[in-house]
Amino acid sequence: MTGWTPIPLFKRPDVNAHELILVSGLAAAASGVPALVMGRRSNFGQQLCATLLVTANLIGMYAVWRWWTDGPIAPLTFASPFAGVNIGIALDGISAFFLLPVLLVTALGAIYGTQYWKQSGHPENGRRVSIFYGVMTGAMTLLVSAHDGIVFLASWETMAIAAMFLVATEDHIEQTRKAAWLFIAASHVSTLCAFGVFAILFSINGSWDFALLKQAGTPLALVLALLAFFGFGTKAGIMPMHVWLPSAHAQAPSHVSAVMSGVLIKMGIYGIVRVCTFFPDVPLSWGLFVLAMGSISAVLGVAFAVGQHDIKRLLAYHSIENIGIIVMGIGLALIGRSVHQPVWVLLGISGAMLHIWNHALFKSLLFLGAGSVIHGVGTRELDVMGGLSKPMPWTANCFLIGAVAICGLPPLNGFVSELFIYLGLFQTLKASEGSLAQWAALAAPALALVGALAVACFVKVYGIVFLGTARSAAAEHSHESGSMMIFPMLVLAGCCVAIGVVPWVAAPMLDRAAIAWAGPDVGAMSIATAAPLTAISIMAGVLAVLLLTGTSWLLMRGVRRAPSTGTWDCGYAAPTARMQYSSSSFAETLVKLFAWALQPTVHLPNVTGLFPKDAHFESHVDDTVLEKAVWPITRGVTWLFSKGRYFQNGSLQAYLMYILMVVVFLLLWR
Amino acid sequence: MFETLSIHTVVHVAVALVFPPLLLGVINRVKAHFGGRRGQPLLQAYFDLWKLAHKDSVFSETTTWVFRFGPVVAASTALIAAMIVPLGHASAPLSFAGDLILLAYLLGLGRFFTMSAALDTGSAFEGMGSAREATYACMAEPVMFLGLLVLARLTGMMSMSGLLGPELVTAWGVGASSLMLILISWFVVLLVENCRIPFDDPNTHLELTMIHEVMVLDHSGPAFGIILYGAAMKLFVFSALLVRLAFPVSTGIAALDWVVFLVAMVFVAGLIGVVESTIARLRLPAIPGLLVGAGVLSLFGLVMVMSQR
Repeated sequence: MTGWTPIPLFKRPDVNAHELILVSGLAAAASGVPALVMGRRSNFGQQLCATLLVTANLIGMYAVWRWWTDGPIAPLTFASPFAGVNIGIALDGISAFFLLPVLLVTALGAIYGTQYWKQSGHPENGRRVSIFYGVMTGAMTLLVSAHDGIVFLASWETMAIAAMFLVATEDHIEQTRKAAWLFIAASHVSTLCAFGVFAILFSINGSWDFALLKQAGTPLALVLALLAFFGFGTKAGIMPMHVWLPSAHAQAPSHVSAVMSGVLIKMGIYGIVRVCTFFPDVPLSWGLFVLAMGSISAVLGVAFAVGQHDIKRLLAYHSIENIGIIVMGIGLALIGRSVHQPVWVLLGISGAMLHIWNHALFKSLLFLGAGSVIHGVGTRELDVMGGLSKPMPWTANCFLIGAVAICGLPPLNGFVSELFIYLGLFQTLKASEGSLAQWAALAAPALALVGALAVACFVKVYGIVFLGTARSAAAEHSHESGSMMIFPMLVLAGCCVAIGVVPWVAAPMLDRAAIAWAGPDVGAMSIATAAPLTAISIMAGVLAVLLLTGTSWLLMRGVRRAPSTGTWDCGYAAPTARMQYSSSSFAETLVKLFAWALQPTVHLPNVTGLFPKDAHFESHVDDTVLEKAVWPITRGVTWLFSKGRYFQNGSLQAYLMYILMVVVFLLLWR
Repeated sequence: MFETLSIHTVVHVAVALVFPPLLLGVINRVKAHFGGRRGQPLLQAYFDLWKLAHKDSVFSETTTWVFRFGPVVAASTALIAAMIVPLGHASAPLSFAGDLILLAYLLGLGRFFTMSAALDTGSAFEGMGSAREATYACMAEPVMFLGLLVLARLTGMMSMSGLLGPELVTAWGVGASSLMLILISWFVVLLVENCRIPFDDPNTHLELTMIHEVMVLDHSGPAFGIILYGAAMKLFVFSALLVRLAFPVSTGIAALDWVVFLVAMVFVAGLIGVVESTIARLRLPAIPGLLVGAGVLSLFGLVMVMSQR
């Protein structure tokens, strides 16, 4: 950095950032090995693995710090097994920006896991979780540090397979096995597209390195862009490619869900962001398309979330929403690049990037909070919870911070990134007359709708789970989680508050990322001048003063000593817990409004006679794309392929015949 | 960002702190007049606040700190919102590019805690109010933003003080039809956000049909006073938006500007009173239709200014 010299407390190790990040990634990938040599019930083995992983990630963070202070260095390259092809590791503003949440969230997840998924309580799969958790972490570290397509693809595939085994942790449950299969199938669709992306990159540039395309206007380059959007978009969970996401997030152990939702799906975003840098300039239609896809994802993601009863499925749909918001930011930045408006580019990409951090923080916080609740109550069903803020106050308050943050409300971090995107969208109104770019502003009311729906959804979750009275015996007898589970949540909550109150601390990182992404298209501008960062801090201060004043006045008026009595239930003397509003009744009107997309399934009770007896009412919202499109199509394809079994008749002679035919064909073709 | 502490800032803060409860008095007097009654004193809301501030409170056993904290958040956010919106003078004390988004999201924060406080009681009725508030806000928010887009497009500004400042006068010359549509839509938003007829009846006696009043059933004493004050403040903010939108004139004489503003605010309160006296409350299932209608009107306004040369 400019003019800043570190105080020489110790001699700086004679390694560079790239070597350090390679060490960090490999060490994290190997961090699960000690569990193998320990007993099936050894908590010590698991703690050792977690310690190794945390150490590996601390090395990674030191690597980012070294990259920041040392300035640009040459990529670290190796000779690959393929003749004449070098593979390598290199950090730039984008990689470093993605690395921090990867390192932080996986380390906190590992700490959380030592208590949430205790080895002694899970002898049948605990060691598997430790091993694949480490592999997934290392793969993600190397994925975002890759300098070329080969390291990228190798890490991508390793990450996907490790994540599949983590989703399948509880493979004795049928739903879990289904979720894991769906996950690996979707992953391979995206891997296939990723192979296509880099194959085309190689065929145009003659090198696997990440670099500008030599010919960007060709149809082949368009194919590259489309493959990247759909392939990486599948991993990121952009609607309608999100089908794998809700079940995988719901079935995995909570600390794994936290990592998957917080950082793993961001790898898809990383792919999209990285591929954007291959293009020297982009047509306006790309930006508008990406913005539209992001808006659809955001609105429908949150609409589906409102209809869920399973706390983890609900959070999973919120990931789709937030990915949508990130994609909106990228779309805005692309529009800015095509019409040469540096401010739009800066606000769009900074909004998207900061939202990547923010979502990594608050979503993993919420998943860890949900895990704590599941640990205490033993179910994911919202409608049997209630009143949990009394037995588990730490979890409740951390969850509240996450909930306010994810709604994009000030003074927490979600507000800052959404503000950047809003500001950029309002800027598009200044587009020249008659330009299509001005219609981008229509995404602003869509984002407002998303914000209001998110408030509705999280008031529902927080209110139904933590407030009111317990709806079941399990909820009544729940207990607070241990310190190893609380500590990660406190760290994440602290980060949410810090970015929300003093957002300018993130500005230098954001500027570096923006320059790495758009280069000359953002010029020498800084987000600190394009967005009112100090005003956010001042506003947070004013709000804090007002809240303190109001609270202390109430305290002085003796609210703590006030007598308490039962809730006023409009004259009814014996209200019960079952009479409270439930999650489905809270969401009913909204689900009806969005019924055209959600297609809710409602089983009404069959009421007959004058004094009907027991009745049963049920309503649930399934994934429309999965149920109405993906399953029918896969059934059709399976039927079609089953016709090919004719050739797979098990006779060796026939197979030899096929080989001969292929050889003859190849000879003739040359 | 902060302009130097001027006499305008002092007047702005004083008016924002003192004036809001008067609007409730005006509305009640107008309604009483239509009903053939004499009605409460104009200053009744102030007397109520005074009385509540000195009462003791009682809380439900079910509730937690969220229930006690909720009113404070709602009132504080409404107060900051009142510092963002320009009143009798074109520049508000708290003004920066992008404060329009802060305005909307601060009110969202207040709503989050009001609804959570309602769910904290574990009562079916308060849950009902909370769910309705959440639902209707989802439809009101985009309408608000469509209006902001129209104003931003016409004035080229990015702060509330800019949107509703001197540039708006020229904007009325260019896009009067769009601004009329926005004025109508924002009046609808005012009615729904402040839970007035035809969306909600603040004077009803049937909990099943209420929205805002049912959310605060369990509050008492000073906390309830804060709620009442916060609600008045929110009404003040939305009325100020309408007044600035309709009369962005500045005469050059500061005192006259403030008088015009305050008279216009009383007029808006009177208008709300007239609407409440002449229209029946809508059936709950019919509410989304009206809000979507306001959204379509605003969208129409936006399309008009965008296709304008």
